[in-house]
Amino acid sequence: MGLKRLRSLRIAVAIFFFALIAFLFLDYRDLGSRLFARELLYLQFAPSLLRFLHDAALGATGFVAVLLLTLFVGRVYCSTICPLGTLQDVVGFLRRKFGKGRGYQYSPPRNAIRYVILALTAAFLLAGSGLLLNLLDPFSTFGRIFSNLVRPVVLGVNNLAAIVLEWMGIHVLYRIPWPMIAPLSVGVAIGMLVLVVLMSVKNGRLYCNTVCPVGALLGLVARLSVLRIAVDPDACTRCGRCERVCKAGCIDIRNGTVDFTRCVGCCNCFAACRDDALRFECSWRPSPRPSQPDEDRRSFIRNSMMWLIGIPAIAGQPTKIIQSKPTTIPIPATPPIPPPGAISIAHFTSKCTACHLCVSICPSNVLVPSLFEYGLSGMMQPRMNYHAGYCNYDCMACLKVCPSGAILPMSAEKKKLTQLGVAKFIKENCVVYTDNTDCGACSEHCPTKAVKMVPYPNPANKPLVIPEVTEDYCVGCGACEYACPTRPYRAIYVEGNPIHETAEMPVEEKLDHKIDYREDFPF
Amino acid sequence: MDRRDFIKGTIGGGILAGLAWNFGGYARLLAAPAKAPAAYDLVAVKGGEPDAMFDKAIASLGGIEKFVPKGSKVVVKPNIGWDVLPERAGNTHPQLVKRIIEHCLKAGAKKVSVFDHTCDQWRRTYTNSGIQKAVNDAGGSIVSGDSEGYYQKVSVPKGKRLTEAKVHELLLEADVFINVPILKDHGSSKLTICMKNLMGVVWDRGYWHRNDLHQCIADFASYRKPTLNVVDAYRVMKRNGPRGVSVDDVLLMKSQIVSTDFVAADAAGAKLLGIEPGDIRHIKIATEMKLGRSDLNSLAINRIKL
Repeated sequence: MGLKRLRSLRIAVAIFFFALIAFLFLDYRDLGSRLFARELLYLQFAPSLLRFLHDAALGATGFVAVLLLTLFVGRVYCSTICPLGTLQDVVGFLRRKFGKGRGYQYSPPRNAIRYVILALTAAFLLAGSGLLLNLLDPFSTFGRIFSNLVRPVVLGVNNLAAIVLEWMGIHVLYRIPWPMIAPLSVGVAIGMLVLVVLMSVKNGRLYCNTVCPVGALLGLVARLSVLRIAVDPDACTRCGRCERVCKAGCIDIRNGTVDFTRCVGCCNCFAACRDDALRFECSWRPSPRPSQPDEDRRSFIRNSMMWLIGIPAIAGQPTKIIQSKPTTIPIPATPPIPPPGAISIAHFTSKCTACHLCVSICPSNVLVPSLFEYGLSGMMQPRMNYHAGYCNYDCMACLKVCPSGAILPMSAEKKKLTQLGVAKFIKENCVVYTDNTDCGACSEHCPTKAVKMVPYPNPANKPLVIPEVTEDYCVGCGACEYACPTRPYRAIYVEGNPIHETAEMPVEEKLDHKIDYREDFPF
Repeated sequence: MDRRDFIKGTIGGGILAGLAWNFGGYARLLAAPAKAPAAYDLVAVKGGEPDAMFDKAIASLGGIEKFVPKGSKVVVKPNIGWDVLPERAGNTHPQLVKRIIEHCLKAGAKKVSVFDHTCDQWRRTYTNSGIQKAVNDAGGSIVSGDSEGYYQKVSVPKGKRLTEAKVHELLLEADVFINVPILKDHGSSKLTICMKNLMGVVWDRGYWHRNDLHQCIADFASYRKPTLNVVDAYRVMKRNGPRGVSVDDVLLMKSQIVSTDFVAADAAGAKLLGIEPGDIRHIKIATEMKLGRSDLNSLAINRIKL
């Protein structure tokens, strides 16, 4: 009958979302995934919700669609659209394939844990902190796992293959430089991956039904679902096949009940039942559930969280000192710099779920996960790191993919005038001042010539030039800071604007274009 | 008898060919003195399109065959440093790069590779400069310079401040090295032409900037002289170099300079922009290091107007 086919349909949709979202995070060669990034991620619940909370825009109503879907037919979101859900199904598949033949079993709900986590997440959000949501949102967790763990592996394989092919004289692949390592984000990604995998090996979608705040919220909505899966007591033979394939552990065959708040709509039960005893039932009656917190599990989760947050977080890269005279003046502390389109630190940090999609696709590697630069609440939210790279003037990559609206799209013209910060010159650190030799690396890289070389009278009486900053022209792209060769402290750095400002367009008179090609050469 | 001669001849020829193939490098060395010396030290062309000007210039130097032996590995090194379109003149003209590759392949080059260690994001510069497409269209091979793994440490024995550098492996493997800079204003080195363009074959440019830029440019010029230098002065960035701010920085000069002597080519390039070669310190140092000649009056120059 038709219901049995639902499982195949579910698997097809799940593979569709999983594969494309995974590809989006791993598409380091920009093979076109970014063209449909926004559309693809439109339905991801937490980013869409955050986007809506701030913009109330029509383009940000993906989460409403998910709510309506859940209201109609339960948490099918968790089995199809959520990539972390599908990741757990992959674990389940491997478990069935290589593990013990044992199936899943009914487990009592852990309502205390899941609703407390949901309530805390909501309370944090209301208090203005996305900390818990960012840590627990399944899409962002998936993103961090792919961006911080899977992507480096893929890059490694690419680089090995590139080396082998280059050795044979073939240059179709190229080596990709490693992105800057962000220990906190890598640690959190590993921690969450371990947690999700362990819980999923233990009993299917335990994570979704215990930890995940999106799962808990959709579970509450599913209480009101129009269509629900139910067991027909007359047809059921209590064979238990459905319970053994129910990864949510929500079918209690002894009592003939289905806890629809935990059902992820995978439809495995339809496919497994030989008696057609499972069916969709139209009903508005909420299923009463006892709440029995499990102290062991609770402490396990609590401990895991503590461990995650306590990951030692030492960022930064080793600095190679390349000159005889190290510079002496430290760079003053400056506010962290969110990417273009972030509007302001406040706007960015309140909307970013730290999924690291922008980090994954940034071709210049300038976007890196932060540590606690935005504060504890903003941990792992990306920031511009001008020691890792600089924002390419004409690049629009990150502006096109953000699913939560933390980075809002803008036109190329506007992006090129968005001032993330302003360059500050520390003359005493500059090579021209310390060594009386030409350098100009900063000005060379400056796309607006906000950093310009001007004559520099010097004791050696050499015809030297030294940088001069016109702050109005500066867009804060960080090219000057990146290129500055002095160590340990650079001679030019970008002081972040907490609220992005608008730079001025440099104006210059036209050059005289009249050239007579019949004229003789000047030599 | 005929047959015996034929077999002898074939075997002998085969051995010779094998030797030549095996010891290609030596064979070329031996062959080199047999070539007639170039009639001109430098060719300057103006008034045409980049490809047409190159055709004229290289013909007057005896054709590319004089520089590119059959079966050789060629590296063409344009300037692809910046993420700007061709009309901004931040990078070498793609049409010129294309024409040079076509000449090399026609002369029987085994492989023509093109790369640059770019400043802006390399995939954007390769694409937006038009050079990636030009290379592919011409049948050359465009290669990344974006990973430190591509660069091997070499020593620069004659260097004063720069005594070693990490150089792209393609250059180390190349039999022929064609340097194709674009003539531009430059904030720190005043001008960027041939010698400055070599900064794009090394990994650590910061060291140069930190340790007397002009000296390092001249030092590295002593490492390996390009086989040929082709200076693109079709569109020329007159100010705000090397990246430029807008097309308003650009003059349409429709010129080109070709020479085996990169110091001479740099001197001529400087003159095109009205700057005395002696005022550019790296040209001055390179002249003193006898890496080439910057006294244009003593050179045999072929001046061509189209």
